[in-house]
Amino acid sequence: MFVIKCPFCGEREQSEFKAGGEAHIIRPKQPTELSDDQWAEYLFMRKNIKGIQFERWVHTHGCRKWFNVVRDTSSDKIKAVYKMGEKPPSE
Amino acid sequence: MSKNLRVKSSKFIDETYKVSFKFNGTTYYGYKGDTLASALLANDIHLVGRSFKYHRPRGIMTAGSEEPNAIVQLHNNTSRTEPNVRATEIEIYEGLEASSQNCWPSVNFDIGGINNFLSPVLPAGFYYKTFMWPANFWEKYEYFIRKSAGLGKSPTEPDPDIYEHKYIHCDVLVIGAGISGIMAAKTAAKNGFKTLLVDEKSYLGGSTIYQNSEQFKINNQISNSWLEKEINEIKKFENLEIKTRTSVAAFHGYNFLLARENLTDHLPLDQRTNKTRQRLLKIRAKKVITATGALERPLIFDNNDRPGILLSSAIEKYANLFGVACGEKNVLFTNNDSAYETAISLYQKGINIEAIIDNREEIDSKLIKEAEKNNIKIYKGFTIVNTFGYKRINKISIMQLSKDGQKVVGSKISISCDCLGISGGWTPAVHLFTQSGGKLKFRDEDQVFIPDIYPSDQISVGSCNGDFTLDEIISSVPNKLKEFLNIKKTDYDNLEIYSSYNKSKRNIWLLPSDKVIGKTKPFVDYQNDATAKDIKLALREGFRSIEHVKRYTTTGMGTDQGKLGNMHALGIISETAGSKMGELGTTTFRPPYTPLTFGTIVGRNVGEYFDIFRKTPIHDWHVKNKAEFENVGQWKRAWYYPKDGENMHDAVQRESKAARDSAGILDASTLGKIDIQGTDASEFLNRVYTNAWSKLAIGKCRYGLMLNEDGMVYDDGVTTRLGENHYIMTTTTGGAATVLGKLEDYLQTEWPELDVYLTSVTDHYATISVCGPNSKKIVSQVIPELDFSDESFPHMSFKNTKIDKIKCRVMRISFTGEHSYEINVQANYGKSVWEKCMEAGKEFNITPYGTETMHLLRAEKGFIIVGQDTDATMTPIDLQMNWIVSKKKYDFIGKRSLYRSDTIRDDRKQLVGLLTENPDEVLEEGAQIVADIKKSPIEMLGHVTSSYYSPNLKKSIALGVIKGGKNMMGQKLIIPMENKQINVTVADPVFLDKENKRLNA
Repeated sequence: MFVIKCPFCGEREQSEFKAGGEAHIIRPKQPTELSDDQWAEYLFMRKNIKGIQFERWVHTHGCRKWFNVVRDTSSDKIKAVYKMGEKPPSE
Repeated sequence: MSKNLRVKSSKFIDETYKVSFKFNGTTYYGYKGDTLASALLANDIHLVGRSFKYHRPRGIMTAGSEEPNAIVQLHNNTSRTEPNVRATEIEIYEGLEASSQNCWPSVNFDIGGINNFLSPVLPAGFYYKTFMWPANFWEKYEYFIRKSAGLGKSPTEPDPDIYEHKYIHCDVLVIGAGISGIMAAKTAAKNGFKTLLVDEKSYLGGSTIYQNSEQFKINNQISNSWLEKEINEIKKFENLEIKTRTSVAAFHGYNFLLARENLTDHLPLDQRTNKTRQRLLKIRAKKVITATGALERPLIFDNNDRPGILLSSAIEKYANLFGVACGEKNVLFTNNDSAYETAISLYQKGINIEAIIDNREEIDSKLIKEAEKNNIKIYKGFTIVNTFGYKRINKISIMQLSKDGQKVVGSKISISCDCLGISGGWTPAVHLFTQSGGKLKFRDEDQVFIPDIYPSDQISVGSCNGDFTLDEIISSVPNKLKEFLNIKKTDYDNLEIYSSYNKSKRNIWLLPSDKVIGKTKPFVDYQNDATAKDIKLALREGFRSIEHVKRYTTTGMGTDQGKLGNMHALGIISETAGSKMGELGTTTFRPPYTPLTFGTIVGRNVGEYFDIFRKTPIHDWHVKNKAEFENVGQWKRAWYYPKDGENMHDAVQRESKAARDSAGILDASTLGKIDIQGTDASEFLNRVYTNAWSKLAIGKCRYGLMLNEDGMVYDDGVTTRLGENHYIMTTTTGGAATVLGKLEDYLQTEWPELDVYLTSVTDHYATISVCGPNSKKIVSQVIPELDFSDESFPHMSFKNTKIDKIKCRVMRISFTGEHSYEINVQANYGKSVWEKCMEAGKEFNITPYGTETMHLLRAEKGFIIVGQDTDATMTPIDLQMNWIVSKKKYDFIGKRSLYRSDTIRDDRKQLVGLLTENPDEVLEEGAQIVADIKKSPIEMLGHVTSSYYSPNLKKSIALGVIKGGKNMMGQKLIIPMENKQINVTVADPVFLDKENKRLNA
């Protein structure tokens, strides 16, 4: 069980949070103009990286805020935490 | 009466405090401070159990938690019984009762012992090979296999003990209170770290604390007396907490560890009442220092498992710590200097040593000289080729090893003995380190795995790091601590060490024999009876991966996780397969390090505390009126209210009829309620529901259907517009939390530009639904000042009003198809408003109804229940609810998915009504629906989702999903059941009042 530093509340146990899958997948503004394949790409296709992964997490049992986490999936080390809308750290 | 092998008093044993205990029905005596194993050995009892597969007699092998053989059942046939307890760990107490496992009728005469003689036909993978064919015979084999296999018996009564969980946060956690752990804890505490020191034993000091020999000195003091002073000092630190009898079970990422603290297992039963038995410690440490020591390796030779064969270090511990001789004619067998430490200890205690057999030919250390000086006979360059004695070793045969160690040469020499100590060198206890994600490296010179890459802020020190000898420990630990804790000096920087231990070792994984391997039984895993022969067989049969060999031979899969023999298994595999040890890897060490009781894992979460449950504000009334309850999510909901001994069916029929004939009342407080405010609230609802919301007038209600982005129905409920920018949304009872979560997700991440605020108000309101033709008369009595005329208060509208002085919201909405009202009032007034309704409804026979009747009533109207009539594969189109999907809206969650190639298929499962040929026949929910019963295989068209007997229609009704069901109206289908077929007709899902006349009646 790891410790996540919520950008609003500080360090908390992982059990207070929920993972929300890959980050920076933007819902298309005009879904009706997309082909089935393009829509499926948005809807279903997610990366599953061994290594550095950008993910969404929510502080379910805390402030209920969503934010982004950069995590190494092979070691569970969290490299960075940043708020929604903020630019992801490069490297 | 058996012999007394207590030799010389030990300060760890209180000889003034005699303790009686029973083993296999016989009463014995030991002393306070004894473990069950030491007390049995003092009574000259070695035979304690039978092995798992061959039922071979087995004795005590070790003196610690790595014990493979001496596992016993405590307090058989009582509620406190516990299987698989290691006799080497359990401390004796007055009244202890232990018995052997895996033997019948007794450990001395065990029927299963015949397996030993059948062993040629019980090779590795025997069960896999034999019982694979014919497959349906397994049921016949299983009974016999289960009867003859298995270790202890699980208790059949509830556990009478109390367990609890506790969180601990510390700066430094030190695991293991041997010499390295004591040095680490003192250094950390002295430098101001909040420190926790844990050890699985009842005493501090590890193996050094009983190392009472002139051969090992620190600052010119014998090592144990030096350490004793250190221990006395660490007890003075206020920032150092010490927990003994505390075994770390798991080391997870981010320095999160689980430990079991044993509080009462060493106390007599009558002193345990109302005390916590075991505590699961959940430790979060900033830094972890692992000082878990090392485990002595056995040696692998023919018949190396007889009672009377122990690890050499265990014999030393029994002599030094417990004052017990394991035998009167002792032989030691070794490939390194450790056995000489044992020999000298025994000699000092006056315990007879017949001989030492040493693999090594040329040896020359101070320890060996000391042994020779004491006239102990040493056979250099020899190995044991066989042992004798069925229930206790009585003789060994030895032969000379060839130069390369591959063969034996010369003639056999027999030595009689009653106890054999074996020492194959040491294996660092790296279990916890690898559990934490650490990577090991292989050290060729002494063939050990030691920690290499640390995944978190932790270090391993002492012998778990491969620094086995006193001088290695003293020279390495202080420097490691300085670096790890970032400090300048320790108390141990200039210690003077005297150690006569020489590190030379002759490592031979499988010792040669004069017999071919097929005729020998060199045990590698004692508990699971895996021999070197089995491992070689697995390799011949093509297994290569260590993980596969492990599972095929069951090596290392016992309750001891193969703590003794895993290294030998690896060694034998690498030698046989010709691969290098370091490249072969190891099997994975998994938590827990030693088994945990279920009680410890569960803690206080038992009985009524197993899970939290939520009660509505009207709950007490339901209890008083004898409601049966149903669990819906965490809620306890009134299910039905049986009257005068009614069964569920009768109660539901009565309630359903009353609700339609006159009036019914339902506690709907559990429905999720989300308060939505903000200037963009209407736009937000447009985006999350399939239908349009902009034009909903203030004071009006509307039903909404919510989809997932994949187009599948997610939730539904009525939302009411309270003001220009203010709505209240209701969700399903089970979906309340996830719907709020989903809405928050979209608001925060996709549409942060929207001015919308969401608040869960589920618990803030009690919701009372009064339905039926007389509902208006009842509610207007409760709220006299409100105008209930259809013009002023039509269906799907809402009013703010008051009951007495209490503000409430009344919605005229219906889930039953009846004219009905929902009163929402501040939760703490819920029960009194409910009682007012009951009072006002008396003359109309107002009938409280529960969830079952609610389900029946809505099914009569063909209203869906999300999660019952839908699963995650139903679109609104599949539900024949096209009317609720806006064609005009540009976008809403899930819209685009409604015309993917898959969602527009005609042959998707679609919701339909089902009527049985025999109107009295009620279908089973979940039953499969087919068209052609002769076709093979029969094609499943769908299944029944809801089914009831409707008292209002006087016939059976059901809803179901059927492939292409939309176009099958009137078609006859079949529901095949176990003993019959039921004929059904596809029908409109709305069975009652299609014109909605009752809503406005």
